[in-house]
Amino acid sequence: MTDAEIVFRTRDLSKVYDTGKVKVFALAHVDLELFAGELAVLLGPSGSGKSTLLNILGGLDHATEGRVWFRDRELTSLNDRGLTRFRRDHVGFVFQFYNLVPSLTARENVQLVTDVARNPMRPEEALERVGLVQRMDHFPAEMSGGEQQRVAIARAVAKRPEVLLCDEPTGALDSATGIQVLDVLRQVNEELGTSTVVITHNAEIRKMAHRVLYFQDGKLARFETNDVRVAPAEISW
Amino acid sequence: MSALDIKLLRDFRRLWAQSLAIALVMAAGVAVLLMSFGMSKALDETRDTYYERNRFADIFVDARSVPKSLLATVRGIEGVAAAEARVTTHATLDIEGKAQATVAFVTSLPEGGNPLLNVPILRLGDWPDPNASDQVALNEPFAIANNLWPGDRFAINLNGTKRTLAVTGWLLSPEFVYTIGPGSLIPDDEDYGILWMPERALAAALDRTGAFDNLAVKLRPGFSAKPVMDELDTLLEPYGNWGAIDRSEQTSNAFIDGEITQLQTLAYILPPVFLGIAVFLVNMVMGRLVRLERTEIGLLKALGYGNMAICVHYLLLSGLIAGAGVMLGWAVGSWLSYGLAKLYANFFKFPYLIYNISWNTYLISGLLGLGAATAGALRAALSAARLSPATAMSPPAPPHFKRSLLDRLLAALRISQPSMMILRSLIRWPFRAAMSVLGMALAVSILVASNFFPDALDVIIDSAFHQSNRQHAVLFFNEALPESALQDSRRLPGVLQAEGQQYLTAVLRNEHREKRVVVEARRPGLDLSRVVDDSGKPVDAPPGGIMLARRLAAQLDVGVGDLVEAEFRGNRHGTFTLPVTGLVTQYFGLGAYLDQETADRMFQQSPQVSVVNVTIDAAQEEAFQAQLKELPMLAGSAMLVENREGFQETISQNILITTTIYTVLGVLITVGVAYNAARIQLSERARELASLRILGFTRGEVGYILVGEILLLALIAQPVGWWIGWGVARLMAESFTSDLYAIPLVMKPATFTQASLVVLAAAAASVLLVRRKLDQMNLVSVMKTRE
Ligand SMILES: Nc1ncnc2c1ncn2[C@@H]1O[C@H](COP(=O)(O)OP(=O)(O)O)[C@@H](O)[C@H]1O
Ligand SMILES: [Mg+2]
Repeated sequence: MTDAEIVFRTRDLSKVYDTGKVKVFALAHVDLELFAGELAVLLGPSGSGKSTLLNILGGLDHATEGRVWFRDRELTSLNDRGLTRFRRDHVGFVFQFYNLVPSLTARENVQLVTDVARNPMRPEEALERVGLVQRMDHFPAEMSGGEQQRVAIARAVAKRPEVLLCDEPTGALDSATGIQVLDVLRQVNEELGTSTVVITHNAEIRKMAHRVLYFQDGKLARFETNDVRVAPAEISW
Repeated sequence: MSALDIKLLRDFRRLWAQSLAIALVMAAGVAVLLMSFGMSKALDETRDTYYERNRFADIFVDARSVPKSLLATVRGIEGVAAAEARVTTHATLDIEGKAQATVAFVTSLPEGGNPLLNVPILRLGDWPDPNASDQVALNEPFAIANNLWPGDRFAINLNGTKRTLAVTGWLLSPEFVYTIGPGSLIPDDEDYGILWMPERALAAALDRTGAFDNLAVKLRPGFSAKPVMDELDTLLEPYGNWGAIDRSEQTSNAFIDGEITQLQTLAYILPPVFLGIAVFLVNMVMGRLVRLERTEIGLLKALGYGNMAICVHYLLLSGLIAGAGVMLGWAVGSWLSYGLAKLYANFFKFPYLIYNISWNTYLISGLLGLGAATAGALRAALSAARLSPATAMSPPAPPHFKRSLLDRLLAALRISQPSMMILRSLIRWPFRAAMSVLGMALAVSILVASNFFPDALDVIIDSAFHQSNRQHAVLFFNEALPESALQDSRRLPGVLQAEGQQYLTAVLRNEHREKRVVVEARRPGLDLSRVVDDSGKPVDAPPGGIMLARRLAAQLDVGVGDLVEAEFRGNRHGTFTLPVTGLVTQYFGLGAYLDQETADRMFQQSPQVSVVNVTIDAAQEEAFQAQLKELPMLAGSAMLVENREGFQETISQNILITTTIYTVLGVLITVGVAYNAARIQLSERARELASLRILGFTRGEVGYILVGEILLLALIAQPVGWWIGWGVARLMAESFTSDLYAIPLVMKPATFTQASLVVLAAAAASVLLVRRKLDQMNLVSVMKTRE
């Protein structure tokens, strides 16, 4: 896939947390590329800088040093307003703890996105995709963790984003439910062609990726391409 | 509706109890603002319209038997638009079936027909026929109080001759919106009336044909009163001129002025307190909400919502609270102010009430409410907008408790862990603790400041009725009489004691300061009408000088030993320079006192009396009253016993109303502060408290942490509230003090205790309501939720 279109590119990307006494290099001079349509898995131990990278790619956080491009647009040169615009138009997020708004139903949570997106699906259609139309009018508190995460995915894909960034989407789920969620992600990636990045510290999940990026101490240690991908349903942990 | 708006409405509904507590405080501010502004405006406009439509005069002069030919000269004075001469007198009436002698002020209706100035409104029946000698119109409240209808008759003693008059109709006049009889301290419609008689008949009865006693003058627009008054004074000098007065000294108008000022004072003192507390409450609640919704805010930002959208989202929530408060305030304020304005219109005798609170007042009060909410929410809303999305979604670091010197002190004191938690939290959030204290202190202060009134009135009543005015009745004569009149009074049936005084009118001056007052000339040792000093001892006016009420001395800026110029007017003339020989504290009027012998020497007169104070044997009161009706020179009489009862009755009714209103206001504030503070405590400490329960602490022990902190703050608020309340009471006493009366600053321990009990009880009730939620807390689910 090396000659495919590049969606994200970083050059010499660093993020330093200055906590007063010590400087923590959450990211240290990272150079990488992510390609259109690929499903990449970011693998690495806790604290290795995966979330930090994802946040910067998604325009949630600022880099300390280095540059980041989304296609031909340089994210590191955008101001706050520009980053907001970028997130609104191009990125879908899925978080470990689902982050649904508790006072809104499943449909309304999806509507939060469709209200502001340029070319969204109908909320019902998005929920249909994750198999939750029948639970549309339930509040988060009335749903299981897996269901909540699927609502979060519906919310993320409803705007038809170019990239889907998932930070440990199965981290809070048991394995059976986690597999269901991963399958939804695979489906979205295949059917909509959305470039997808999935962070995990669970090595088994790497098997479903096109590409696996290994992180260690704020650096991209190495990457490998899967010649044979395994469907989530056949993974277990 | 957008999903964000749905969230807004759901949040508002979820926070209903806290929102309501805030909305009520805000509503109180808006309602008081609307009420006091609305009422003072209604009163002001009603009065202005009434004065305008009925041509209320600008200047009034009392004199005696001025030839009518002078009227042309008066009309020629520069700035005079119109002048009207009236024959006037005080007289006693004998109404069938009524034992008491009734006093009336009789004034003439011009020969040519209707009056030009101070035009009365005909309310019922007809005007008297200008040529009739036995017809009279009455002011409406007096007629109603005495059940006198057109066609009814009663007897009047005019110039020593008793005659019968027939009532033709009822009138209301801008000159007598508020009526108070000579010697009376409160209005009494039953025993003091205004009578209008045709000039021809009245002048004939009083030997005033071709002459007048009172002049009403209307100025041309743009001319000031002072030069005209000076010219009138000079012109009428030979006729026992009592001195020209402008509207500010006209009794009826002065009382209405005083009332309007009081209402305006309330409008400036109270609403800022309520709105200030609302600012703090919104600040506290919104601050907590934003902290609670950190991750949601981060999420919204991740989804592409801009800073502005987030900021507006939280401002709108505070806007909804303000909206509820403002609407409630408008509703209650409109209702209260309309009701009270009607009450006022009734108390003052206005023929109608012009009540239209302008949309301005609504707009301004609404904007103030909204502004308060926005000011309160702004900090939280901005911090929400500023949250970086990445950090918002990671859990916040636990608050940093520093080990301070204070901590080591607390440790040394071996305080229990729960108590320690309370104290730490106070040290951790000193601003919030201080504001909660201030809020509850303001609640205490409002109660202290309103409770002090009854105590002040007790002092006034005791001073006016028990110390100073111990007579049962006061008899007034139309002119000063030789002291032999005193002997005559003693011979009236049932009279036990009789003492005389001479009333003189004078303008007192010190440089550019001057004041028109009644000066009482008194013999030493009078026992019925006494002048009492601060220690309660009766004092006499020292010979050779003048003794003044403290407020009068302050207005003239003189002290003991200083000289004042006294220009006497009316039936005794002359200008004298007198040393101030003493000062006394007085609550009613601006008293000035001369020794009788000093006065006799000044005016080269034999001793005179114009007022006789008597005590009477209650068993013979009827005979006494019957005889009074026959006294030729009597201008009036006031039964002080009835005054006392009337005064206390009016006052205690008013006090019940105001005390209720202020208690409700104080409770609203306390509940607003205590309930919200407790809810926020509970929300912030839910995990901590649940952990303690899991560790084996009892409900009581855990509840103590929650209840204890708020109640500790409530206790600290008490002395602060007493202190502020004392200040507010002083401010109110000062601003309510006018020429007519003074409010003493009387602060009794009971005032403070009562205020504290109300506030502590309201605080305890609010906190216990929240404690019930703590008891119902599901330990497992609390521990499971992420902060
Ligand atoms: N807000 C922060 N302040 C200080 N250090 C941080 C902050 N966020 C992350 N870090 C540090 O940066 C490093 C990388 O963190 P993160 O990207 O969250 O790792 P991962 O997602 O791979 O577990 C860690 O050492 C972490 O402690
Ligand atoms: Mg992480």
